[in-house]
Amino acid sequence: MMAEYSAFSLLANALKGNKDWKPAWRKPDPKASYDVIIIGGGGHGLATAYYLAKEHGITNVAVLEKGWLGSGNVGRNTTAVRSNYLLPANTRFYEHSMKLWEGLSHELNYNVMFSQRGCLNLAHTPAQFDDYARRGNAMRHLGVDAELMTPAQIKRLIPALDISSDARFPVVGGLMQRRAGTARHDAVAWGYARGADRRGVDIIENCEVTGFLRDGDRVIGVTTSRGDIRARKVAVAVAGSTGRVMRLAGVETMPIESHVLQAFVTESLKPFIDTVVTFGMGHFYMSQSDKGGLVYGGDIDGYNSYAQRGNLPIVDEVMSEMLALFPGLARVRMLRSWGGVCDMSMDGSPIITTGPLPGMYLNCGWCYGGFKATPASGWTFAWTIAKDEPHDFNAPFTLDRFHRGLVIDDKGQGANPRLH
Amino acid sequence: MSPRRTDTGGRIDRLKTIRFSFDGVAYTGHAGDTLASALLAKGVTLFGRSFKYHRPRGLLTAGVEEPNALVTVLKGEVREPNIPATMVEIHDGLVAISQNRFPSLAWDIHAVNQLGGKILSAGFYYKTFMGPVIGPLKGTRFWMFCEHFIRRAAGLGSAGSAKDPAHYERMNAFCDVLVVGSGPAGLMAAKAAADQGARVMLADLEPRFGGSTNWSNETIDGAPAADWARRTVTQLEGRDNVRLLPRTTVWGYYDNNTLAALERVSDHKEQPAKGEPRHRYWAIRARSVVLATGAFERPLVFPGNDRPGVMLAHAAERYANEFGVLPGERIALFTNNDSAYRAAIALKKAGAAIVAIADVRSELSPEMRKLATEAEAEIFAGHAVVATEGGKALSGVKVQRFDMVTGALTGDERSIHADCLLMSGGWSPTIHLASQAGAKAEWNAARQAFLPPKPAQQWIGAGAFTGSFSTAEAIAEGRAAGLAAAGGTSTPAALPTVEAVHGDPDPAPVFEIRAKGKSFVDFQHDVTAEDVRLAHREGFVSVEHLKRYTTLGMATDQGKSSNVPGLAIMAEALGKPIPEVGTTRFRPPFAPVSIGSLAAERFGDLKPERLTPMHDWHVANGATMYSAGLWYRPMIYGLSGETIEQAYVREAKATRESAGIVDVSTLGKIAVQGPDAAAFLDRVYTNMFSTLAVGKARYGLMLREDGFAFDDGTTWRLGEQDFLMTTTTANAGKVMQHLEYFLDVIWPDLKVHVTSVTDEWAGAAIGGPKARQILAACVTGTAVDNATLPFMGIVHGQIAGVPVMICRLSFSGEMAFEVYSGAGHGIHVWEALIEAGKPFGLVAYGLEALGTMRIEKGHVTGAEIDGRTTARDLHLDWMLSKKKPFIGSAMMDREGLIASDRLELVGLIALDNRPLNGGAHIVEALDETNPHGSIGHITACCYSPALGKHIALALVQAGKARHGTRAHVSDPLRNRFGPVEIVSNHFYDPEGTRMHG
Amino acid sequence: MLITCPYCGPRDVIEFTYQGDGNRERPDPASQNFEAWNAYVYDRLNPAGDHNEIWQHSGGCRAHLRVVRNTLTHEISSVAFVRGDHASAARRKAEDKA
Repeated sequence: MMAEYSAFSLLANALKGNKDWKPAWRKPDPKASYDVIIIGGGGHGLATAYYLAKEHGITNVAVLEKGWLGSGNVGRNTTAVRSNYLLPANTRFYEHSMKLWEGLSHELNYNVMFSQRGCLNLAHTPAQFDDYARRGNAMRHLGVDAELMTPAQIKRLIPALDISSDARFPVVGGLMQRRAGTARHDAVAWGYARGADRRGVDIIENCEVTGFLRDGDRVIGVTTSRGDIRARKVAVAVAGSTGRVMRLAGVETMPIESHVLQAFVTESLKPFIDTVVTFGMGHFYMSQSDKGGLVYGGDIDGYNSYAQRGNLPIVDEVMSEMLALFPGLARVRMLRSWGGVCDMSMDGSPIITTGPLPGMYLNCGWCYGGFKATPASGWTFAWTIAKDEPHDFNAPFTLDRFHRGLVIDDKGQGANPRLH
Repeated sequence: MSPRRTDTGGRIDRLKTIRFSFDGVAYTGHAGDTLASALLAKGVTLFGRSFKYHRPRGLLTAGVEEPNALVTVLKGEVREPNIPATMVEIHDGLVAISQNRFPSLAWDIHAVNQLGGKILSAGFYYKTFMGPVIGPLKGTRFWMFCEHFIRRAAGLGSAGSAKDPAHYERMNAFCDVLVVGSGPAGLMAAKAAADQGARVMLADLEPRFGGSTNWSNETIDGAPAADWARRTVTQLEGRDNVRLLPRTTVWGYYDNNTLAALERVSDHKEQPAKGEPRHRYWAIRARSVVLATGAFERPLVFPGNDRPGVMLAHAAERYANEFGVLPGERIALFTNNDSAYRAAIALKKAGAAIVAIADVRSELSPEMRKLATEAEAEIFAGHAVVATEGGKALSGVKVQRFDMVTGALTGDERSIHADCLLMSGGWSPTIHLASQAGAKAEWNAARQAFLPPKPAQQWIGAGAFTGSFSTAEAIAEGRAAGLAAAGGTSTPAALPTVEAVHGDPDPAPVFEIRAKGKSFVDFQHDVTAEDVRLAHREGFVSVEHLKRYTTLGMATDQGKSSNVPGLAIMAEALGKPIPEVGTTRFRPPFAPVSIGSLAAERFGDLKPERLTPMHDWHVANGATMYSAGLWYRPMIYGLSGETIEQAYVREAKATRESAGIVDVSTLGKIAVQGPDAAAFLDRVYTNMFSTLAVGKARYGLMLREDGFAFDDGTTWRLGEQDFLMTTTTANAGKVMQHLEYFLDVIWPDLKVHVTSVTDEWAGAAIGGPKARQILAACVTGTAVDNATLPFMGIVHGQIAGVPVMICRLSFSGEMAFEVYSGAGHGIHVWEALIEAGKPFGLVAYGLEALGTMRIEKGHVTGAEIDGRTTARDLHLDWMLSKKKPFIGSAMMDREGLIASDRLELVGLIALDNRPLNGGAHIVEALDETNPHGSIGHITACCYSPALGKHIALALVQAGKARHGTRAHVSDPLRNRFGPVEIVSNHFYDPEGTRMHG
Repeated sequence: MLITCPYCGPRDVIEFTYQGDGNRERPDPASQNFEAWNAYVYDRLNPAGDHNEIWQHSGGCRAHLRVVRNTLTHEISSVAFVRGDHASAARRKAEDKA
């Protein structure tokens, strides 16, 4: 059978005036009950639904989305995909994600445009270079690709980069992960949605969860803006709104703060930079989209927020760092900025676990890292829901690790979400 | 026939000729022209190529919303891409080029993309380019192969890498009333507010104030509207409570009425004046804002609506009346509303023939019929344009009878010869800033437009922005808004009277004519009506899905003209009213903003530089400076021909053999003073400070609340209630905030004051067997012998007449002293020490030698206290007092912090006698081809002159238990593998006999 | 965003350092109640709406301020010195005694 999407189907449909394309996913009404309800129609929720159906044969599944599908952070990020972490728990998890990314377009029969253009972390002092070497070697010892680059090699790769020795923070080298890159963010949500839909999952948009149905402690379903829906298992994947949704279940506190993270894009340019690059003396990362816009960002604004809007100090900081690396961009123009709400956890790492209530499963705390995690997050969360226990990949990402002191603190900043 | 300059009229200075070039061709224009108007006046119709199909495109608009005519402005090597020609003011020497075309604008090879039109439909990328599942192009390779070519075809202009020589600046401004937009509404608002005595700022993105008065042909108080506007501006200019900002785009509406604006200060000049920035970034805190931002005219969607020569009606009116340029000789109009008739009159008056007015409405008001007659135009009521003809310029249009209710086209097509077609699809108020301020726009069915929401911040709207499209309404609303914004209550004199063509402000609800051929919704991104319908078919029906799937509204114009038509077509496909499809939330910036302006003064000067008082001496004496955070510190004082290693080995050796001196001014220094200072330090440090005698110092360790190690340093007790705390250089600010937080928030009952004194003290550490002799030779006022100045003792004295404080403590492991003096005397004391040290062979040493000696001693720094290690991991558990609680004491014994497999500090000795690398990992069994099984990593390493070996500090799993065992360094990144012995971190003089002397 | 420092007046957010959730209560230093310690260090209310939080005017008077700010709109409804809390608590205590 011909794949639904291919060059041939494009041609065949074009000849028929593109009249025969089917909806990427159905728009069903919710049923009264399901085996599994996933709250949150973002990347992680949709991926979870897809892998539940595909890997575990659980297809009586509903994904409930309060707005339009993919309206959370999967649709408002800087699209970088990488597995260049320091600590083994993170590296293993994100490398699993990377491997899923590498086959994702074929897996979904949907071109998510994953492009392994590399991710280069610039080092500006010998001490920082050693730090990156530590991280790169940690990756290599777990079978993940990493290499160090000299300033000359970096200049060849990114000619527009200022590597002069009189720069305020001269570039002394860099850590490169070649297999890292970027993907088309929306396509990931749409691809998983279509894949899950084709396997029987109900994706229900404009369906806001307003409460949880309980049998004693046990969660047995949800109340929504479209009626009550029961389920044997209720999974929460609402990063950015975790606090709000968990409060509906009576969980008043979480090791999470919601923060706004701004991102920016310039007007379209002819190819300018071929890789993802990060600045080491601040927080700045940039890549170029296929359309030609430079996509970039920096730190979170640094205060609790559920508003998808930030303020000027971060805007100014990010632009200043951008020009420190690329002084040729002063006359290029910022076209659009946007804000996403991030779950900032207390150690900078996520939570993918059973509980905290019986019948409930929780996926949250993604900090800056949610987009690249999407495949592995869905894959491990589906495993955890199906088997009622975590896979090795997500076993360290428990909710109780904070209290037990088993934190996974890649940045070494302690319980200070603003600094992760 | 082609566009041309009119003989009279316009607000250009016809006596002033300006020379510029476009695509290498020399042109002339007049002062007051934009690049668009000047080229149009010379008959240029082709301005750019579209993004996807590379279709030839001309001017659609005359303003900031231009999607087609994007150019790159060149200033030597420096490029400014993607600037609308409508926003470039010409000046002598201006060089602009077209973009996104190869080899030339007229002949673009990528125009071949048009042949694939149906295949290149919305979302086609998602459906193909996935490539084979197996073989050399499997995985992501095939896509990356295709992407290579796609990237080259995509993009618009090119950015350069040459540094922009211009400078940018930022202004913080405060005002009572910020008026955005200087049309009739904005001018009235500014005047009304100014009359109340309010501090007023008036910003307009155009160089000329006045907005529509510049081209409307209306009269105000009996004079041409433009004269009225100029008079009002002159009145405002003379007032010291008013600041006028022409060429200033207010682009962002942030929290608490903070607005961001970009002033293009000197782009329109051949050379900026001395000291003048290119752009100025205004951060404006306004008590109140008047939004008088007007409205954007919408195009109609019909086949061939993108051909060069098809233009918005008001844009043509602007070209004629404001710039004295006729966009064509034979002009046809196509409209769904009354406003286009005004354009017909204007162009007729300017000298063009109006050959036809096609109006989708079958019933026209007598006034409009009268205007059409006046314009000598043939009226096609109940008709629509169904096709356009021509290549790179328009040659004709076809009209057909059109039923507004059913959308049906009937009867024969009629061809009309025309070189310009003006269209008007109604108007969309420019509500972007109001939307950014945080509220949702509201659909108005009569106006067929989104009107501004109820304010979520302190703003008041006026004029076309509110959907009041007539000048009389604008004037009335503007004055009311200005008064209200200024908090005024007085009722002033009569309003200016306006003479204008009256028209119905409500358009017919027609957005698209469905006929054969490509009908464009988003011109720049080549999104057609069919693409919108395809998105509908595939379920991408919410407004955000529509945008993202088709890229509608994502181009450089951000959908200023395309959003509403796109929504309307989707709404029709869904059979729902427009507001149910959704409204777009506008985000900053309103129009693209130069990145240079946002960096402002920090462009080329990212962060301040912190220099110690001895900085110049270091540089003069051959130091290689190392940037450490914001500080600069000497790395080595290299002699000519020396390698870094030779230099630090020499420096360290000399220190251990005779004496060395190092600048330690960068250490964080905090004065902790008050009756409860000692008690406070007992809580802050893991060890006891209340027992410390006055005149003594003690090494202290701090933990974070979560029980992990935070910072270390010595604290000196200068008096009963007076301590001087030192911190690591990197953590100085963090420790200060930590202390302040606890004093202010947790323990406000403690009577303690903390003051950062890092910059008040210069510090020099002098160590080595001869250090005491050197001090003895230059210190007066105190003895420095063992009895007077024992280990960890503090004395006060003078060096070269300068008061100094000397503490005997050691980081190098030698007999050593830290000499502190007032920062202003730092260099004086330093030089005196150097001079006194000469007979003893004193050397200055840098960070490398400092690091070498601390590794030999096994002391920890930030590389080991990395935020993940505990006191136990670093063998500092002897410092954890059991007699008192301290910050972190309750949390430090949790399961994860005392696990047996934690990384612990050890020493390493390279058994192959080769250099080690920082960041190398440690393994039990070496596997060079497939490195695995890391048990830890090197945190710091050096060649140890004291041991004659390559050594390192490392964090290794259960490291202490491994002392005396062998392991391997595994550093695949640098291909360095080899055996090491794991030893104690105290390599050198573990008993400390040298420093205790 | 502007924060009106009770000492310095309205100042841009760039002058302030966020010190997080102001609802957290630090246990008595000698307390062995680990649940309370854990809650203090790691658990957050993180409300969508009014949030009681602490900011330091680090680029100004360096006082710590208790700010009530809406996390949905960023609107600030009150700002006070944190030290004032303690003063008023002490006053309350004194009143209770009396």
